[in-house]
Amino acid sequence: MGRGIRDKVAILGMGCSKFGERWDAEPSDLMAEAFEECVSDAGVERSQINAAWLSTAFDSVNVGPSALPLATSLRLPYIPVTHVENMCASGTEAFRGACYAVASGAADFALAMGVEKLKDTGYGGLPARTRGVTNDMFAPNVSAPGAFAQLAAGYRGTHGLDKEDLKRAMAHVSVKSHANGAKNPKAHLQRAITSEQAIGAPMIAEPIGLFDCCGVSDGAACAIVTTPEIAMELGKTNIVTVKALQLSVSNGEEAGFNNWNGAHFKTTRIAAQRAYEEAGVADPRKEIRATEVHDCFSITELVTMEDLGLADEGQAWRAVLDGRFDADGETPCQIDGGLKCFGHPIGASGLRMLYEMYLQFHGRAGDRQLDDMKLGLTHNLGGHPVQNVCSISIVGHYDG
Amino acid sequence: MPGITAFGAYLPRRRLQRSVIAEANTWFDASLAAHARGERTMCNWDEDTVTMAVEAVRDMRMADSVDAVILASTTLPFADRQNAGIMAEALNLGTALRTMDVSGSQRAATSALMSALDSAAAGADAVVVAAAEKRKTRAGSPMELLSGDGAAAVQVGHENEIATLLGSATISADFIDHFRASGDDFDYDWEERWIRDEGWLKLVPEAVERALTAAGVNAADIAHFIVPCHLRRVPEGVAKKCGINAEAVTDPLLAKVGQCGVAHPLLLLASVLGSAEPGQKILVTAFGQGCDALVFEVTAKIADGQPVAGVEGWLATGVAETNYSKFLTYGGVMEREYGKRAELDRSPVLTAQYRNRAGVTGFIGGHCSKCGTVQYPKSIYCVNPNCGTKDTQEDHPMSKVPATVRTYTADRLVFSMDPPAYFGLVEFDGGGRTMVDFTEVDPETFDVGQKTVMRFRIKYIDERRGMRQYFWKAAPA
Repeated sequence: MGRGIRDKVAILGMGCSKFGERWDAEPSDLMAEAFEECVSDAGVERSQINAAWLSTAFDSVNVGPSALPLATSLRLPYIPVTHVENMCASGTEAFRGACYAVASGAADFALAMGVEKLKDTGYGGLPARTRGVTNDMFAPNVSAPGAFAQLAAGYRGTHGLDKEDLKRAMAHVSVKSHANGAKNPKAHLQRAITSEQAIGAPMIAEPIGLFDCCGVSDGAACAIVTTPEIAMELGKTNIVTVKALQLSVSNGEEAGFNNWNGAHFKTTRIAAQRAYEEAGVADPRKEIRATEVHDCFSITELVTMEDLGLADEGQAWRAVLDGRFDADGETPCQIDGGLKCFGHPIGASGLRMLYEMYLQFHGRAGDRQLDDMKLGLTHNLGGHPVQNVCSISIVGHYDG
Repeated sequence: MPGITAFGAYLPRRRLQRSVIAEANTWFDASLAAHARGERTMCNWDEDTVTMAVEAVRDMRMADSVDAVILASTTLPFADRQNAGIMAEALNLGTALRTMDVSGSQRAATSALMSALDSAAAGADAVVVAAAEKRKTRAGSPMELLSGDGAAAVQVGHENEIATLLGSATISADFIDHFRASGDDFDYDWEERWIRDEGWLKLVPEAVERALTAAGVNAADIAHFIVPCHLRRVPEGVAKKCGINAEAVTDPLLAKVGQCGVAHPLLLLASVLGSAEPGQKILVTAFGQGCDALVFEVTAKIADGQPVAGVEGWLATGVAETNYSKFLTYGGVMEREYGKRAELDRSPVLTAQYRNRAGVTGFIGGHCSKCGTVQYPKSIYCVNPNCGTKDTQEDHPMSKVPATVRTYTADRLVFSMDPPAYFGLVEFDGGGRTMVDFTEVDPETFDVGQKTVMRFRIKYIDERRGMRQYFWKAAPA
């Protein structure tokens, strides 16, 4: 591991569009909506931005290839703009690019923008797509819930859990997120649900039911980053900095070597370990105040609690049911409603998670405001349990 | 002596109850009620004549190396891409062999068998003749009720025969009981009474008489008489006319299977060989623009040459299917709404397919010569994190290796012809694991820990270009 970028990058401003079925909005509308909030929050001019990163995942129903959609939508001043795609971790990848640009000194102000227009398909769920010429010959044709349902079977098999107990814990994950999302005016789904509703919902991919799935929506989120020094020069106080930014990408071992139990994310464990090291976190359960994790499906969030060290192995289902990750629990998870209530416009999600942390650190989270914000952790997971990309960021007050 | 050295069979697991076909169609044609009893075999959506033929060959005790693979059928998926060649790759038979498709008549399998026996007489050690049929029939047609889907295979050679050829004969006559023009889906047929009287009862006895003469065998000495006919009482009528004992007439398997076209003579032969005694004489006939007749004598080696499942084994593993609309859909007879997810266009990439054919068609993985780790697919660097060595993987055929389910789901969102789509992670005995599609799942019993075997199936059909992609799926053992 390198020396890392702890406290080298400050978040100067952030913006987030309303997420939802934005039938009225083009991707450019969503980007402009997030950008206007962000640029006014940051207090810099568009012309001051030196470099930008754009994250999207589905070119075919979204903005199309290259970085041009961002540059042209915002009329950026002919600066370097890079398009990134790393499946569901794409949003954090755009942020990572911008952070590295600032940390290296290549840019004073860098923009990370994530956008996804998922509701131009004509049907529910994520767009059906090929996985590349060679993969299509070998891999089963799967849906996202089907791929993540594997985790439930693996978790149940590894820890000898009843189907009913696991389903009950999965339901609580969603009930908790809906309760949080009900307090968030930017969320797509703003209604509380009951455990009975979640358990009784139509089955999508056994044991994942409709309420175990995150929403599908359109949205954009963005950040402008700079150095803490420049932020202070601009007169900013209460500066939020990046404490850790880590990525772990599967090399295929889980899918191909007989030592993975199918009940955890190898990448998340590795990325978490590196992130805690970079941020100087010794005991995540005591030091991480809140998390925004990749709750594409309830089972993903449940297992991720173990992989982040916030629950003991094989015990997350109990911790979930005990309310450890509820808004008033030990380590609230998805205090903004999560992917569950925001939906998952893929390119935007990582930045949307950071947006909530940013609001919490600035005391701007309204009814969702948590006290005593120390460190906040965001987590993205792209791909499937057997083979995936995991990104973890930790942010906190600047104490340099 | 030229003869049969191994045999096998395959019947699809689903057995469509004829009563549901009759119930749906007697409003139009009341005479169909006469055929409403019993069940017929029905391919799953991911089966065709190639996949069934592969399974029939996998069912038999095949020689380590074969000289030729011949596939006989009138319902081959490809008109110009050798179907037997796909079989040879799926069976990992190497490249140094003769492969050939034989078609055009209901006699295709027996004619191919005669040619194979000629090859054996000329010195060929092992020639595999497989036959498969999956007829497309119009809704409410008698043949919809009377046909079945199935396959059979025999291997012929010139030593260690389990049934020795004593003689054979062919009658060629352009007798058109039915026909199907090239490119057409459905048969056009003539009156059954004429087919019976002028066809079966005249052409078959003539061929039988010649074959018996060639074999030097008396009609009364035939222990098993195979007449693969779907018309009632015709086999018995033919036997009588030939002087063959009525008890020798082989059960045509109409009650539980249906008439499987070109495959039917070999399927009935496989059925007979499953219980035949040494010394018994078998007479196989096939009818189509004439008649083929072959006389065999069972040898003492019959006990050692039994297949893995055989006809009896496959008959015992069926599950009743009562959904007629599913049958019409899988048969391509009904135009179904599949939803927008089914619109995803995946055109064939023939370059990549050729590069990956060992892994995809042959299901060959890798075995690291340094650390012994088995992996699928085969890769450049060993997947073992403690090894990771480059270019150490040797070919490791995995299509016959049993596996265990580690994770799975039943997915109702993704497009599948057989929803919910079952897929998950399996771990192979002896190492290696991969994500697979499951087929022939019993939802009541399927769970983590289920033992599976690999089956050669259709992965994806590209209707737009007429291409089908084959791959291996895991089925409950």
